[in-house]
Amino acid sequence: MKLILKNGFVYDPINGINGERMDICIQDGKIVEDVENGRIIDCSGKLIMPGGVEIHSHIAGGKVNTGRIMRPEDHIKNVFPKTGVTRAANGYSTPSTFLTGYLYSKLGYTCAFTAAMPPLMARHTHEELHDIPMLDKGALTLMGNNWFVMRYLKRGDVELAAAFAAWLLRAAKGYAIKVVNPGGGEAWGWGRDVRSLDDPVPHFDITPREIISGLVKVNEMLSLPHSIHLHANNLGRVGNYVTTLETMELADGAKPARERQTVQLTHVQFHSYGGDSWRTFASEAESIAKAVNSKDNVIVDIGQVVFGDTTTMTADGPMEYYLSSLTGLKWSNRNIELETSPGVTPFIYSKHSPVSSVQWAVGLELALHIKDPFNVLLTTDHPNGAPFFKYPTIIAWLMSAKYREETMKEVHRAAQRNTTLATIDREYDFYEIATVTRAGQAKSLGLSEKGHLGPGADADVAVYDINPEEVDPGRDYRLIEEKFARTSYTIKSGEVLVKDGEIVRVVNGRTLYVDAQVDESLERELMRDLDYYFKRFYSVNLANYPVQEVYLTNPTPIKVETGVR
Amino acid sequence: MRYTDVICSFCGTLCDDIEVVVEDNRIVDVKHACRIGTAKFLSSNELEHRLLKPMVRKNGKLVETSLDEALDRAAGILKSAIKPLLYGWSSTSCEAQSAGIELAEELGGVIDATVTVCHGPSVLAVHDAGYPGCTLGEVKNRADLVIYWGSNPMHGHPRHLSRYSIFPRGYFRERGQSDRELVVVDVRKTDTAKIANRFIKVNYGEDYELISALRKVVNGGELREESVAGVPRKEIIELAEKMMNCQFGVLFFGMGLTQSYGRHRNIDNAICLVRDLNVHTKFVMQPMRGHYNVVGFSEVLGWQAGFPYAVDFGRGFAWYNPGETTANDVLQRGECDAALVIASDPVSHFPRKSVEHLAKIPLVAIDIHPTPTTQIADVVIPSAIAGIEVEGTAYRMDSVPLRLRKIKEPPEGVLSDEEIMRRLLARVRGAESGVQELEVRAR
Repeated sequence: MKLILKNGFVYDPINGINGERMDICIQDGKIVEDVENGRIIDCSGKLIMPGGVEIHSHIAGGKVNTGRIMRPEDHIKNVFPKTGVTRAANGYSTPSTFLTGYLYSKLGYTCAFTAAMPPLMARHTHEELHDIPMLDKGALTLMGNNWFVMRYLKRGDVELAAAFAAWLLRAAKGYAIKVVNPGGGEAWGWGRDVRSLDDPVPHFDITPREIISGLVKVNEMLSLPHSIHLHANNLGRVGNYVTTLETMELADGAKPARERQTVQLTHVQFHSYGGDSWRTFASEAESIAKAVNSKDNVIVDIGQVVFGDTTTMTADGPMEYYLSSLTGLKWSNRNIELETSPGVTPFIYSKHSPVSSVQWAVGLELALHIKDPFNVLLTTDHPNGAPFFKYPTIIAWLMSAKYREETMKEVHRAAQRNTTLATIDREYDFYEIATVTRAGQAKSLGLSEKGHLGPGADADVAVYDINPEEVDPGRDYRLIEEKFARTSYTIKSGEVLVKDGEIVRVVNGRTLYVDAQVDESLERELMRDLDYYFKRFYSVNLANYPVQEVYLTNPTPIKVETGVR
Repeated sequence: MRYTDVICSFCGTLCDDIEVVVEDNRIVDVKHACRIGTAKFLSSNELEHRLLKPMVRKNGKLVETSLDEALDRAAGILKSAIKPLLYGWSSTSCEAQSAGIELAEELGGVIDATVTVCHGPSVLAVHDAGYPGCTLGEVKNRADLVIYWGSNPMHGHPRHLSRYSIFPRGYFRERGQSDRELVVVDVRKTDTAKIANRFIKVNYGEDYELISALRKVVNGGELREESVAGVPRKEIIELAEKMMNCQFGVLFFGMGLTQSYGRHRNIDNAICLVRDLNVHTKFVMQPMRGHYNVVGFSEVLGWQAGFPYAVDFGRGFAWYNPGETTANDVLQRGECDAALVIASDPVSHFPRKSVEHLAKIPLVAIDIHPTPTTQIADVVIPSAIAGIEVEGTAYRMDSVPLRLRKIKEPPEGVLSDEEIMRRLLARVRGAESGVQELEVRAR
């Protein structure tokens, strides 16, 4: 199919295009220089960006489904009957797989990565990804509490750890190394946690510091497309910014093998808290931002909070237990043998709560204090800070100091007192918005064909009904919020999926995973060890562990030459 | 041909270490499986016990027919119904369940699984209080206190004890059984209770009281009663202390807790007990799920429709209200005007009033062998055995998903449940429906 998107205002940060009026040509699912006899879509007076790329969102897998099953109340609030094109769909903070695809597509997103996949449960994650239409997708694979990883790193065998990581990505059909509360997940097997980088993990005689620096090395040895994706220790704890700053130092442990960071610290809003009790709870976003600004191998995504009811879910089991003991709300947990320990509990971010109000401000402070937008990506850690479909509201906050001021008046005064948000007058422009919602994500993930509109890129495009020459986002923030929620067109792989905010076509995207190979003799040594361990300590046989390709829609392995031996 | 690492598709234990020898499309040897599992594998040889030909009812009698006619009749029945009920699902693959959910949505019908008559109450309790659990390998590696409550795995899940809970050596339990303690709470001395370190006999229907008493002790209260639910105070205090002082405790509970007096309130209370225990130590719980893929149904319906069972698509979207949309309630109110039953036998197991209505309405039955349900059906379609004759996905009781294997060919002309669902869906949609065929979810 050939398409010409005519005369729109194009924002394409990777190619340095900042609001130029130009045509985007599409042929056979790719962006091309020029095309003959293409169908013309008139985009004059409209804003064109590459398709959105979601880098961290809990959209598929065991704990997401636990959230759905645990919270029927979440599924009666947001209901869409079936149409001639779409399936029946529902859910608010834990939307059904179909709704997840539809809603992302309406926002102009064309690619999404689910944030935490336990390898033992990978088949489940992929079954759900299979049922998420409209998007290309992938899964960040949990390794930070894996027994093999801890054992190999403890004995200093980084090569074997790397061979294991490569095998695990192939077995689980994962895309990147995800680390969640390193050491804490294992400690939670005994109802405990680790509270600093140097707390030893019970029975494994290794510290979170060693796990993180080890995995940074492993990641760069394997030269994986993405850096390690790190959910640091002490999430949500008062005064945790100290741990976060210490954690950032560990990014220096290896030279980046590709043109990207060595550590992406995720949902860093939850890790930027000062104070010494809930009474003195305050923002330390400025210190964190300063550290990010001064380092060139760490980037963050914010994990912005938006007020309302949501479901928190993470592989950080002790944290979920702690949170549910604060709120008294229902709590689910599932320790996963040798791997991780996810938990789920509902949460309400209230404008009347001093803590919630500060959390809201912290996310925005981070986005506004960090200078280079490529270093601060927009996420809500869906659904932990808010459901992903609140992105337009956050975009409007980032683009309008006035909107922030209006909201500040509605929230608890702690947001004014204990954060610097009220003093910031920076406003994002469309170029920066395009960076924090797609270009930055694609760069961080090492997706060279996504997040931009240069020839050869995937023809994933979002067209918004905003005329940047007429709209002043600082003043018309309501319009920004409204228009970013419904694209005029969402185009994926050259096909129009959404028109005027309505879904016109449902497709299945590709599933991306990393196929990294290591030296054969190393692989043999690894398999011997795996064989021994699986027989004794797993509850499934090694042969039944790897995920078959049949579970993936349009499986797309990304070959990586590692040279690990 | 010898197959290793075969997964047994019988109970929720979903053992994945079975060895099967197949010669001339006959299973001649089964290793490692329990007696029930072995019997299931071997039964696939006995074609006289199988349904082999599609049948439709003509002049009051089931007569053999072509697959196309059976599918046409079935689609006709479902399509002309105002509110069809699609029931069963727990003994088939997730792929078939997924297609079935799509069919229910297309028809605007009610879909429900055997969850409704087993651990449905557990699910209701999860809505109230959450679900602190773990995978079974965690139990194997860590647990030093194992409690079975209202459950008799020696009979129901014969390899549960040897694979996951009591007998195996685990990473932190190197000596296996001698590093663990087994407690059984039940109304009678079951075979599991006979091998337990401690058996606690609770009065029938008084589980809730016993759980409350335990919670009282765990939370530091003083138990004044001489005995609760037939259990002396001393024993309750001892058990509570055992639970608080273990390193990793697990509570396996069965239908003795979910389907006895108190039902979901029992489970709700048990979840709260486990939560209370987590203040003191590590404690988790796990329902002893029966059919091998009953968990899978709730998972698939969960991610596709947001709810774990009993979903009514009559409004064009998923509506969930157990007590209203559950299979027995829909049947007993006489609300459904046709039914499709797959991989289940409600005529044997449902209350009489439900079965009476089932007998009155047009009924499509899909199964591997004849059952009382297929006897009263108007259309009978034979299907292949998932995990023996066709591949597919199943979720173990702890939600660990496994890929079922195919080790022999199904009888000639017999399709998988998934394929039958796909063909029904295509017929129900018809050419004129205008609904765009979504990219096939078949795999």
